[in-house]
Amino acid sequence: MELLFEKSRPGRRAFRIPPCDVPEPPLAELIPPDLLREDTELPELSEIDVVRHYTHLSRRNFGVDLGFYPLGSCTMKYNPKIHEDVAALPGFTAVHPGAPPSFGQGNLRLLHELERYLCEVFGMAAFSLQPAAGAHGELTGVMMIRKYFEKKGEKRTQILIPDSAHGTNPASGALCGFQVVTVPSDRDGNVDLERLESLLGEDVAGLMLTNPNTLGLFERNVLEVAERVHRCGALLYGDGANANAFLGKVRPGDLGFDVIQLNLHKTFSTPHGSGGPGSGPVGVAAALVPFLPVPRVTGKGGRFRFSEDFPDSIGRVRAFCGNFNVMVKAYAYIRSLGAAGLRRTSEIAVLNANYVKERLKPHFDLPYDRVCMHECVFSGRRQVREGDVHTTDMAKRLMDFGFHPPTVYFPLIVPEAMMIEPTETESRETLDAFCDAMIAIAREALDDPGRVKSAPHVTAVGRLDEVRAARQPDVAWRRRKET
Amino acid sequence: MDYIPHTPEDERTMLEFLGLSSLEQLFGDIPDQCALKKLLDLPPPLTEWETAAAMKALAEENRVPAMTLMGAGAYDHYIPAVVRHILSRSEFYTAYTPYQAEISQGILQAIYEYQSMISGLTGMAVANASMYDGASSMAEAAVLAARSLGRGKIAVARTVHPEYRRVIGTYGWANGLEILEIPYMENGRVDGDALEARLDGDTAAVLVQSPNFFGVVEDIAPLADRVHGQGALLVTGFSDATSLGLLAPPGDRGADMVAGEGQAFGNPLNYGGPYLGILAAKAPFLRKIPGRIAGATVDREGKRGFVLTLQTREQHIRREKATSNICSNESLCALAAAVYLAAAGPNLRELAVLNVRKASYFRARLVEKGGFENIFSGPVYNEFALRCPDPRAINEALESEGIVGGFLLERDYPELAGGLLLCATETLTKEDMDRAVSVIHRAAR
Repeated sequence: MELLFEKSRPGRRAFRIPPCDVPEPPLAELIPPDLLREDTELPELSEIDVVRHYTHLSRRNFGVDLGFYPLGSCTMKYNPKIHEDVAALPGFTAVHPGAPPSFGQGNLRLLHELERYLCEVFGMAAFSLQPAAGAHGELTGVMMIRKYFEKKGEKRTQILIPDSAHGTNPASGALCGFQVVTVPSDRDGNVDLERLESLLGEDVAGLMLTNPNTLGLFERNVLEVAERVHRCGALLYGDGANANAFLGKVRPGDLGFDVIQLNLHKTFSTPHGSGGPGSGPVGVAAALVPFLPVPRVTGKGGRFRFSEDFPDSIGRVRAFCGNFNVMVKAYAYIRSLGAAGLRRTSEIAVLNANYVKERLKPHFDLPYDRVCMHECVFSGRRQVREGDVHTTDMAKRLMDFGFHPPTVYFPLIVPEAMMIEPTETESRETLDAFCDAMIAIAREALDDPGRVKSAPHVTAVGRLDEVRAARQPDVAWRRRKET
Repeated sequence: MDYIPHTPEDERTMLEFLGLSSLEQLFGDIPDQCALKKLLDLPPPLTEWETAAAMKALAEENRVPAMTLMGAGAYDHYIPAVVRHILSRSEFYTAYTPYQAEISQGILQAIYEYQSMISGLTGMAVANASMYDGASSMAEAAVLAARSLGRGKIAVARTVHPEYRRVIGTYGWANGLEILEIPYMENGRVDGDALEARLDGDTAAVLVQSPNFFGVVEDIAPLADRVHGQGALLVTGFSDATSLGLLAPPGDRGADMVAGEGQAFGNPLNYGGPYLGILAAKAPFLRKIPGRIAGATVDREGKRGFVLTLQTREQHIRREKATSNICSNESLCALAAAVYLAAAGPNLRELAVLNVRKASYFRARLVEKGGFENIFSGPVYNEFALRCPDPRAINEALESEGIVGGFLLERDYPELAGGLLLCATETLTKEDMDRAVSVIHRAAR
């Protein structure tokens, strides 16, 4: 498809600027000409060009509204339409973040109540809604761990991270100045307790645990892990990316987690927007409340305001109060579902994942065969062995059947991994159709491997040359090539 | 109201298939002493109609301003209807990060085009797919500079947005960096001599904004020479992104990286977010800058297509050696920016000129009255700092008229007591400004 720039025609315009209604002294009197540019280097298009361009692009994109999107660890559930409508209300969109509190009482109340709801759902003492995404919340959480020990005058230098952790965890630890030490998993996919014990010591600031972990398994020894981590004076960090598994069933705070980050765009159904905006609130146990980032919403007599008066805070991690408009949708979701709806959400998410797991088990290797939580992880190694068909081939072939592929090659501890998270919003028929497609592909991998290896066949473009993209980077179209 | 399609029959059949008799049996791994026995304490569930009513009531507890005279990092601009219409295409908003390129060509091409437009506006070789916001974008640029040069100090102009400086401080603290502040001169610009005096061989980067927090347009080129003289990098931001349509591309004036807030391109104020961080850099940083990058390539038949590329920079590959842990971006906000820029085209410059003229008129009208004076003599874009008799009383008077007033400079600049930072974008008509001027002058009586 042509680029905007290739459609550009000199003199064409979409959005016109109203005439100036104030005096117009020469521009040079206002800003010295040598600081100005003449050419914006932007394309010149009419409004219909712009609309057709992006409408055509949208037809080359797959979203939840088009079909099943079992991308493991990403919780691609349905995004209710009413949330989009209410979030677009002018009361929520039109207020400046620096406006006096009288303009934003509804917004502030929403933030205050959302924080309270999250505390109840996760059993934490307080939440900050400021981080803009899960990884941002993670970074904020690890910063608070660092601040906690700084305040106590303890020099702890290590963060322990299980080998089944999310990819961002090691980077988050390292960016807060910690040395990252890997904890292996045991045969059942839990943290290896003996190895954990041998790594714990007075240098350890914390353990970053994802529960359920990236194998989709609930950490059976979680209480024992928490106890040992706390015994050595360290803190237990919880990556809440997989929280869709346990809403209303168990609370991280009750399990001993000291810090957790959430992903409102996963668990609380705010749309992913092709890669953001998300929202990554971070919740803490009482001992860490003073270190939460600022600003925080404070309320008195039903009136709310932002406060930055928290001297031990790690400071700001973002300008203003966070991805507010995303929170509007998460708030609406919690209000719609209520306690029973949230619990049922997790129950059905887990039911769906186990259903898919059991249906596919005869056809693919299942490295950890136990009851899973919200997702299940298969290995494609049988197909590699029998037909030299790899996970990536099967993922691409799924597109021909109208499905988004699962997360592939993650977690790293499973070779040829396929991580499938169906979510609760998918019907039995959809799950069956997906499983039937997976089984058909497994059969094809034996009978007609070429068909799988050359997939996808029906998409706008065929399999793309990623090596070329990285070796000969072309990351911007431009007329001037000299920059 | 939940969004679960299962009938009781579905549930029963599925449980039977699993050989189970209750959903409870799926949760056997949860330690019994912690398993919740009763429902969470949350408000009762609502139907869609009730949700709509409850949310409308909450939205109406806010006051939609009659006028917004505040900039200070978030700008009230007219957003063409096409932006909202394109953003409401659910093929875009219900998709994830485009890991599977063949069914994500729409957003990948849109991001490539966004990168291209940002690259042209900033005069940089590469722009990423966006960061969380302007503040974190500047902070990440500082961390990148420190890590890639192996230096430990970051110099930040005091004319950089105060909240950005705090975010840079937080990231700097976590990374063990020393943060220095560079003062400003009477014209409101960075003090180049003071900057030079504070630079040394351990300074990784100098961070400035143009227009800066006071709305003053900096002359970047002479600063760049001084920064480069010490082998450090110049990172430039800006206040309102629409200024990029009028001001010389920072890359042409010596900036090594550009990091700033892109909200002004088609994104509503939204009480602070979501916005998008613009991050762009010169060619040597192509394989170093954080964040997602879309790149062009070809498929097996030689047809052009787009993929996420240069991923060896990123956290999931480099793990603890990565220079950033950023995983997502603000794709939908970047899409809004792209649609906005595509619709604006070269009119972006005209729009920027209109902003300059509006602010110039507003400022001139305000200083007609005794007691009101410009704090800084430097040229400004669409914001200006005024010293006024009683800025708090002025803001309160505006507030009672439903108008969001200016930013009280004293909050972050104790030396600027009596200072008010005001903004005028194209959304204010002459009539609006005249009305605001009379409220302000009356309040200062």
